[in-house]
Amino acid sequence: MTAQLSIASTATAATSIESEAPAVYQRRARWWTIRGELPRTTVWMLAGAGLVSPFILWWAYTALGLADPLFMPGPGAVLERLGRWWTSEGLLTDIGISVWRVMTGFGASALLALPLGLYIGTYRPVQAFLEPLTDFIRYMPAVAFIPLVMLWVGIDEGSKVLIIFIGTFFQMVLMVAEDVRRVPMTQIEAAQTMGASRSEIVKLVILPSARPAILDTLRITCGWAWTYLVVAELVAANSGLGYAILKAQRYMHTDKIFAGILLIGLIGLLTDQAFRWLSRRAFPWRQQA
Amino acid sequence: MTDAKIRIQQVGKTFVSDRREVEALRSVSLDVRPNEFITFVGASGCGKSTLLRIIAGLETLSRGEILLDGKTIDGPGVDRAMVFQHYSLYPWLNVMKNIKFCRQLKVISDTVRGDGDVETASGRADALLSLMGLGQFADAYPSQLSGGMQQRVAIARALMPKPATLLMDEPFGALDAQTREVMHDLIRHVHKLEKTTILFVTHDVEEAIYLGNRVVLMAPRPGRIDSIYEVPLPAQRDQDMKLAPEFTALKREILGRIRETSGMQTDLDQLAKLTAIAG
Repeated sequence: MTAQLSIASTATAATSIESEAPAVYQRRARWWTIRGELPRTTVWMLAGAGLVSPFILWWAYTALGLADPLFMPGPGAVLERLGRWWTSEGLLTDIGISVWRVMTGFGASALLALPLGLYIGTYRPVQAFLEPLTDFIRYMPAVAFIPLVMLWVGIDEGSKVLIIFIGTFFQMVLMVAEDVRRVPMTQIEAAQTMGASRSEIVKLVILPSARPAILDTLRITCGWAWTYLVVAELVAANSGLGYAILKAQRYMHTDKIFAGILLIGLIGLLTDQAFRWLSRRAFPWRQQA
Repeated sequence: MTDAKIRIQQVGKTFVSDRREVEALRSVSLDVRPNEFITFVGASGCGKSTLLRIIAGLETLSRGEILLDGKTIDGPGVDRAMVFQHYSLYPWLNVMKNIKFCRQLKVISDTVRGDGDVETASGRADALLSLMGLGQFADAYPSQLSGGMQQRVAIARALMPKPATLLMDEPFGALDAQTREVMHDLIRHVHKLEKTTILFVTHDVEEAIYLGNRVVLMAPRPGRIDSIYEVPLPAQRDQDMKLAPEFTALKREILGRIRETSGMQTDLDQLAKLTAIAG
């Protein structure tokens, strides 16, 4: 027993030695080490600098009068337009309707893609039957379905949701199936040798094991849902952020186009961070490797 | 007939790879006595892992039959636990929940009658935890443990449903030498304590002799049993026995036989040429 415990203590000792490596050596190796580590504060500063620098360039370019403000308004003008959009042009309604469309289309897509992907990734006959078909449809550009969707569904809410669905569903099915297939076979076989039934393996091993990867898939496809939303709103809508951008073009409101694009980027960034936060909260065991 | 725990009869396994038939096992026969500790060694491709996986029910056999307590093996079952070479723990469960994983399964929970059984089961999980020296790590996730500790959790998890047979497929292959020695004594202790029949596949001849009552040497192309060695050591083993003359003699004999059956040998002429170029 003492021998076993001493292994545990040497293991922890080894990791602490690693973290206390000579400071001089660390400082030199830090920045350009391949796949190296950086202190948290440095990462935040770099991320901030990366986000801010294009804005500074943009501001400098317009402030120096190098661009025609009609085609390229400065950050100040865009901010001012954003304020006006908020107070008198119904920005919240536009955001609200767009978020609702994304959530509905993306939600419906996830609701169907998760079980289907799980079955394709788990059972070979389902894979053989459905995967080539899904692959085929996946290569048909979702945008090309817009005329058909408009003919069939019209231009009400259903058409936008359907386009988002077409754009994300087929990709999502294949990605979820891949996530499920990546569950290590030994995890499944270990359960089999403990007498687990098929449904128990799916419920107790495959699903929990694939859950982090599936959440990642949802995070990525949610970004695509926003892309298809804007496409749908540009073509077939009379409300929403995409429609606002299209209308702004007609009236040469370049500042509003800028504001709309930046806003969509910001919403995307926030959604992405929310997914990452959720992943850290839900899977604490994943970080500590 | 009745004295064999596992009876392997004329087992053959053929699989198709690149449209070619590969004979992984040819007429393998072996009787395993209850509470016996059998180790399998052999050059790579001799089918020792395949044989173990067939006994576990994870792979099918092409010819022959395997009887466990007189009944034909048909798929995996709780009576045969398996410890894998690579980490098979569930990373989303902590150590205690990994060990208790089988309690969630219907086959196991059906045998639980009342609260007394549940208590016994919890007691068993605690006992296994301390037997493995993991008492302080019940709440730790596998990713926080060293390789040796992870394999100890895997062994505890496999022992949880009280399997009569324990199948181990190179379980210590990834561990360092010192950790392995501790694991060897641990698994011998478990073997004595739980009266488990153990089949243990390894590529390490010293490990095979130190652990086994019998060492089964398999040979490749086609995979088959070449020879079986009784280990002339007492039931109670200790590390010093590895230096005993009968231990080293048996090790030399087995290593020599593996070399003969592997079909591989060092090309001394080629080595001499390399040395000449380097010089």
